[in-house]
This record gives sequence, C-alpha cells and structure tokens, in this order.
Amino acid sequence: MGNSELNTVGQSVRRKEDYRFLTGCGQYTDDVNPPHHTHAYFLRSPHAHANIRRIDTAKAKAAPGVVAVYTGADLTGVNGLPCGWLITGTDGQPMKEPPHPVLAQGKVRYVGDGFAMVIAETPAQAKDAAELIDVDYDAVPAVVNPVEALKAGAPQIHDGAPGNKCYTWALGDKAAVDAAFAKAAHVTQLDIVNNRLIPNAIEPRAAVASYSRADDGYTLYVTSQNPHVERLLMTAFVLGLPETKVRVIAPDVGGGFGSKIYLYPEETAMVWASKRVNRPIKWTAERSESFLADAHGRDHVTHAELALDPDGKFLAMRVHTTAAMGAYLSTFASCIPTILYATLLAGQYTTPAIYCEVTAAFTNTAPVDAYRGAGRPEATYVVERLVHAAASEMGIAQDEIRRRNFIREFPYQTPVALLYDTGGYDACLDEAMRIADVQGFAARKAEAAKRGKLRGLGYAAYIEACGLAPSNIAGTLGARAGLYEVGQVRVNPTGGVTVFTGSHSHGQGHETTFSQVVASRLGIPIENVEIVHGDTGRIPFGMGTYGSRSLAVGGTAIIKALDKVVAKGKKIAAHLLEAAEADIEFKDGKFTVAGTDRSKAFGEVALAAYVPHNYPLDKLEPGLDETAFYDPTNFTFPAGTHICEVEIDPDTGKVAIVNFSACDDFGNIINPMIVEGQVHGGVVQGIGQALLEQCVYDQESGQLLTGSYMDYALPRADDVPSFKVTTKVTPCTHNPLGAKGCGEAGAIGAPAALMNAVHDALSAAGVTYLDMPATPHRVWSALQAAKH
Amino acid sequence: MSVSLSLTVNDEAVNAQVDARTLLVDFIRNNLALTGTHVGCDTGQCGACTVLVDGNAVKACTILAVQANGSKITTIEGLAKNGELHPMQAAFKDCHGLQCGFCTPGMVLSAIDLVQRHPDADEATIRAELEGNLCRCTGYQNIVKAIAQGAAAMRG
Ligand code: FES
Ligand code: FES
Repeated sequence: MGNSELNTVGQSVRRKEDYRFLTGCGQYTDDVNPPHHTHAYFLRSPHAHANIRRIDTAKAKAAPGVVAVYTGADLTGVNGLPCGWLITGTDGQPMKEPPHPVLAQGKVRYVGDGFAMVIAETPAQAKDAAELIDVDYDAVPAVVNPVEALKAGAPQIHDGAPGNKCYTWALGDKAAVDAAFAKAAHVTQLDIVNNRLIPNAIEPRAAVASYSRADDGYTLYVTSQNPHVERLLMTAFVLGLPETKVRVIAPDVGGGFGSKIYLYPEETAMVWASKRVNRPIKWTAERSESFLADAHGRDHVTHAELALDPDGKFLAMRVHTTAAMGAYLSTFASCIPTILYATLLAGQYTTPAIYCEVTAAFTNTAPVDAYRGAGRPEATYVVERLVHAAASEMGIAQDEIRRRNFIREFPYQTPVALLYDTGGYDACLDEAMRIADVQGFAARKAEAAKRGKLRGLGYAAYIEACGLAPSNIAGTLGARAGLYEVGQVRVNPTGGVTVFTGSHSHGQGHETTFSQVVASRLGIPIENVEIVHGDTGRIPFGMGTYGSRSLAVGGTAIIKALDKVVAKGKKIAAHLLEAAEADIEFKDGKFTVAGTDRSKAFGEVALAAYVPHNYPLDKLEPGLDETAFYDPTNFTFPAGTHICEVEIDPDTGKVAIVNFSACDDFGNIINPMIVEGQVHGGVVQGIGQALLEQCVYDQESGQLLTGSYMDYALPRADDVPSFKVTTKVTPCTHNPLGAKGCGEAGAIGAPAALMNAVHDALSAAGVTYLDMPATPHRVWSALQAAKH
Repeated sequence: MSVSLSLTVNDEAVNAQVDARTLLVDFIRNNLALTGTHVGCDTGQCGACTVLVDGNAVKACTILAVQANGSKITTIEGLAKNGELHPMQAAFKDCHGLQCGFCTPGMVLSAIDLVQRHPDADEATIRAELEGNLCRCTGYQNIVKAIAQGAAAMRG
C-alpha cells in the first residue's frame, strides 16, 4: 500500500471513535430527544400461553397524559414480521411460518409477548396507564422445552404448525454415514444440551420514531446492526410503505452480538403509530424487557456420534439436533441451526462422511435467533466435545487425535457443503500449546492434586464460516436477501475522503479500521478520512454487521470503490501530465508517469475533478465519487485452537480458569489491538456460556426465572482471568484484503475448550458427562453422584 | 410533589425544581442533558450510570436527585479539561478499554474512585473492585489494563 508513514495497515492505531465515547459525547438512540416527543410503553403478557378473551383500554385511554392506546386490532393493514430465510424440509415442504404479529391478537405465546402499546407524555404515565388496561386471559398449558414441544399431546402454539414443528431438515449422505458407522472400530456418543443464552448488550434496545407531514416521511432512530435491512423488511413486508419515505438511523449502538440484527415489533408499531399521533414516539427497553423480549440464542438438544478407525481417524459423524425457535420465527431464526450449524460439523477435520438432521420446534419462549457465533459455537461444541471424548476413550492424546485428522490440503471440499479456501491448523495448535505451556501441565496437575484440587486441560480446534456468501448460492439455500456489501468513497474537492459503508459499528471500531484501509491505499493521513455508517439517508445501501463480515465483505466493498477512484484518478492525472493513461502509476499518494519524476498529488487530482478547467470533459465526467457493491465468492474460514486450563475445588465444585490461551488465524489483520479486543470479548461470552449463563424458564408455568442481572449471571470482571491471545496468518484467498473476520471466534472456541478442560479435570473422579454451565452446584453434584 | 435542588455539576452551580421521585440519573440525563451517563439496567446492577458524588462513585439510578442536594457531582462530561483527557480516560483509549462505549462512562468514573482508594491496585483488586460494573464487549482484560495504567498516570 502507500508510503510507510501513512501506511498503518497492521498497526494498533488507537481508535478515532474513542474521544467521543470517553467524554460522554456518544449519541445513542436513548440520547435522541426530538421536540414534543411522547413515550411508548408496551404491555406484555404475564402468561406463557393464553387466549385473550377481551381487552378493555377505556380506562387507560382516559388516564393522565395518555395520547393513544393501540392493540393488535387497531393495526389494520399491517402485516406480520417476516422471516428472512426459507428452510425447505426433508419432506420437500417449506418450513411452517405462522404469523408473527406486531402486536399479538387473540392469543399470547410467551411471557413478554407484547399486545398493547400505550403512548403518553412521560414514560411513567405510559406505564401507569398500561396497568389500567383490563385483560381477560384464558391461560392454557405452555411448553418451553423444544424436545417436549415435539411430543404428542404437547400444547399447540400455532394453528399453522401442527405438533409445534417448524421443519425437519437434513444435510449429508446418510447412507454413507450409516455404512461407515457399521464398520467403525470405535464409536463415541454424546447427548448434549447447548444452553439457552440471553445476549444482554449493555445498551438496551431503544427506538425513536417520527413522522413528518411535510413530506409524508418517517424517521426512525433505532438500536440496529443493519438499518437498511430493517427498513426494507419494515416497509416492504410489514407496513406497506415506500422505502423512499422511511429513513432508518442506527446511531451509536451499545453492543449487539446479534440481538440487534432483527426487525422487532416495538419499533415497527412505533413507526406505524407516529403518523397516527403525529408526534415523535420514544421507547427504551427496561432491562427486564431485554431479558423477556430480545431474541435469545442457542437452545439446542443434540445426540451426536463419531465413528473412528482403530488409529483414531474419524470415519463419520452423525448428529441429530432439536433446536428451539421460540414462540415466533425471528428474522434469521430458521437458518441458524441449519445453514450456519450443520455445515460446520466437519470442523478442522477430514471426516469423510457427515449427516446431520435438525428439527426446529416452536416453544412458549422468547424467539431464538443469532447470538454471537450463531450456529457455529453449537457446531464446534458438538465436534470438539466428541473429539475430546473419543480421544479419552481411546487413550489418544488430545493434540494427537486432532493432528491425525487435520485437513492440510486446500482448497478442501467438506462433506457438508463448504469449500475451505485456506487454513493452517497445525500452526495454530502448536502455538496455542506453546503459550499454554502444555508441557508443564503434568507438573501443575500433580502440584494441584497435592492441594486436593483437580486440574484439567481442554482443547478446542474450531472453525467458523464468516461473511456469509455468495448471494446466488445463499438464494438457492433459502436466503430471502442478498449478502453483498456496499462501499462508497467520496473524494471531496480538497482531498478529504468521506466513506459511506453499509457495515455498522456497534463496538467494532470501523471508524478506525476502515480509515486505516482507505488512508493506506490513498496515501493520505487517517485524519483525512471520515467513515459514515448507520443511516439509510446517507448510505446507498447495506446489509449491516453480523457474522464477522464487516472487514471481509464491507471492507472489500470499500477497496473495490477505492480501485474505481484510483482508476479514474489515473485518467485525470494522465490528462494533467499529458501522458498515456497506461503509463500512470499510483503510489504513496501520488500519480506518477512511470519511470519519471513527473507526478500529481492525490489532492491535485481531486481538485481537478471538481474544478474541471483543465480536464478531459469530452471523455470523463467531473467529480470523484465511486460506489461498489461486493458480493463475495465464498465464505471466509477463520480457525484456530483455544486451550483452557481449569482447577476445580472438589469441596465446592467451583471451577477456576487458571489459564486460557488462544491462537487464531483471522487472515490478514488491519489493527491487531482491535482484533485482540474482539477475541477477549468473545472468549468471555464463551466462558459465560460454559460457566455462568443459563436462561431458565419454569417448565410448568413458562415464567422466565432468569429475568434480571440478579438471576442471570453475566460475567463480571472478577469471574474471568486475563488471557494469552495470539494469531497466525493464512490470508483469505478470495478477497483483496486477505481478511477472514474475528468477531465471533472467542465465543465459538471458548465453551468447548473450557468444558473439555472441566471434563478432563473431573475424569479422574469418575465424572463422565456434564452440561453447560458448569456451575459449582452442578460440578459438586456430579462429583457426589460419581462417588456413589 | 416538586422539590428544589441546588448542587454543583461538573463545577457549575445548578438550581432546579424537580418531581420528588426523580432519580439522579434521570435528572442528569433529562434535566441537564448530560447524556454521557447511561442506563443499562433497572436493578442497580450494571454500573453504566455511575457518577462521582462528592468524589465517591455512586450508581445514579439508585438514588433520588434530592439525595444529591448540596453535593458536588462529576459526570463523564466533566472529566476532560480544555479538550485534554483525564489520565484515566487517556489510559482507556490507549489500552483499548472500550468497544461500544456504553459501559465506558461508568467504568471510567468507577476506576477513578477505585484508584483513589487503592492507588497501587493489582489486577486481583481491580477485578474485585469492578464487580459492580458490567461490560459485555471487552471481556474486561483491557479495562483492567487501562485502570492499572491510569492509576500509574494519576500517581504522576
Ligand atoms: S443503570 Fe444504574 S446500575 Fe444499571
Ligand atoms: S464497551 Fe460495550 S459494554 Fe463495555
């Protein structure tokens, strides 16, 4: 790229966005206060499953400060919320898509299901008035567990989904797998529950919806990871408005982890109502609402088997998973336990035959959708728990069994549809073992044993597929959206550059990373680059940020636009320098006639483009503003090895993480500091899943028992240690940055590494199986049970 | 019932009439338009709303505005002087102790309180003291690093 001073690619540049966040100048949705705004409050079901016989809103409407009260019956002409991915079942039938109403009508299907909206002058007045709404519920039995939901006689949640089944879907060659199992020397089997999680971005969801009679247009500020998708779904599918009349702005967003990808009922109802009340409407979720009504993650029940030959070579894998969808299909719910799960079951291994069958069930719970990792942590957990158990059963060392099965030749076609372009799995395993000091483990274990403690070491050699693509293949698999990204590079007349990206930052630091990419390519200072994101009114289009796609897909779109800028710049420079276009080189911020010292600076070319006095107007348009849409040709495949060492106190069952080491291959890295931060955050979410977090609904009543930070154990600073993280690089082969993505790796690798360590530690005490989270109570109980 | 308040916020005298049930955090955000103080929960558990009241870290969602009558309050907006970051803010930037920035104001103010009480805090102390502040983004590692570095800078 450009000259050494301005080329910051690969450097830990401190973040451009930090000054505003550190001085309290961030602009989050709840900080937006349009004049004369009102406040919305949503009345939610206290029952997991109930028919609503009657709703009387008269008293609420008459309460002080109330502007309007709406129920589902008022939303005439408003459709239900759509699901963005159509899964076709093994029976050839499309999945069941029962209506997902904006406000529930006639029936509520989970605790927290919203069915009325009160709009008032203050939040307190809205809330007080909601209490005056008289509702006649007829509570009926509920079912919250996906396996129970599929059993005969389970309460029926939707008329349109008999047996609560959304779909049964399968991937892989069943006959080949069955044949391989028949001749296996060893078969390892596990029954696994992947615990349900609640994402808990620290900024609660919020929205501010306004309507303007001047242009019959709407403006929505919303905590969204992908404002264009939100607008498209809301206008075209639900409200029947022209996209041109709705501007969606996702300003600073305080974390998402998937939970802010989706089109939610609240903001949809608010946009609709903003025209009716003709005043802006604001709503910010209380944390208890986040627990109840944000889309949750995971919630799989799986039976998994691995067939091996006598040397520990994997012959085949067979997996059956029941996945909860919750009460309604959230925006991407259906593709998580299928397209983003079963396809990852090859892991880093040459397993020649894999078959996975998934049944998705409706349950009386909040909807389930993508949460950091989305399908891939569940897949990695299945694969790496199987591998750990198989190695233990067969007496093969954990690193050795992995090495015996690693893929080493690329590109590699897996039996579950993916084509890995590149990777270097041995290098990551070696390095992770080095920094984890695996050699010294036996001595540490012996020392711990003297103190009466149980030490264990666990590995996870994970792979993930990021930057979901390409659109045409995804389309054949059921995607109802494109998966490209958009970048616009606007060179201003004085040489400053404004970049409009369809990616959205809610903590990832795009303003810095993307600026590094652009500044380095153009040979200009980072300060001269401004990144604009999160506003449908300013950015051409975009698919937003999820699935670790921003740099690999969004960054590449920017690169493509930069290529066009440079190409046009060469034409302008050729004219100014009276040289042939083919002779112009662009380097270090200068257009130079090759082999001479005749050059024009980038800024001079920009100025000429906007003040085209000496300009080839007959051949070239003025201006220097280019847009590119980039549709990737393949997924990217970040991979790595995480190694966790735990020490368990058998008297209390408490698991202490004494060491966590990660070596990841994210391809080329623009800003190592930001990448490390992503790994730290992901690992702690993974540790949260493995040790602390568990969403619990009462099996009988369907009440959410973990509805606050008192009951749902979000990791705190003193629950986790510091980690050793490092990287190895095999550049992605199919995008110009060579980048793969890093946002989810921690959450994917950590749960399996940690639980493998727990199992390793407990094996000496005779404990063979434990589900997440490995709480002290669970570990202690398992140890007691093993004694008897 | 409305009550009158007089207090100092970020070195400026503030006099106001508020509804008696107004929480300090709502007073700061809504009446004073200082939106750097955030609300992340409704159970006093997340610490996003932390401000300094007479130099001590207080979760502003857990007290009423009237309880702060007569006191001296510092919010995140009051830390940087003349555009120059407070050493703790600078350390957060330098150590990448923030991602989405939502927990950050509370983290920085808690950190300053922590350092006042434990000028030489080690990692274990910092982690234990941060127990009241949730961050979902950073995994805490760089926050801990930032606080140690900020503490050193504050010692001078
Ligand atoms: S908002 Fe005050 S502790 Fe969460
Ligand atoms: S930086 Fe996002 S919650 Fe801490």
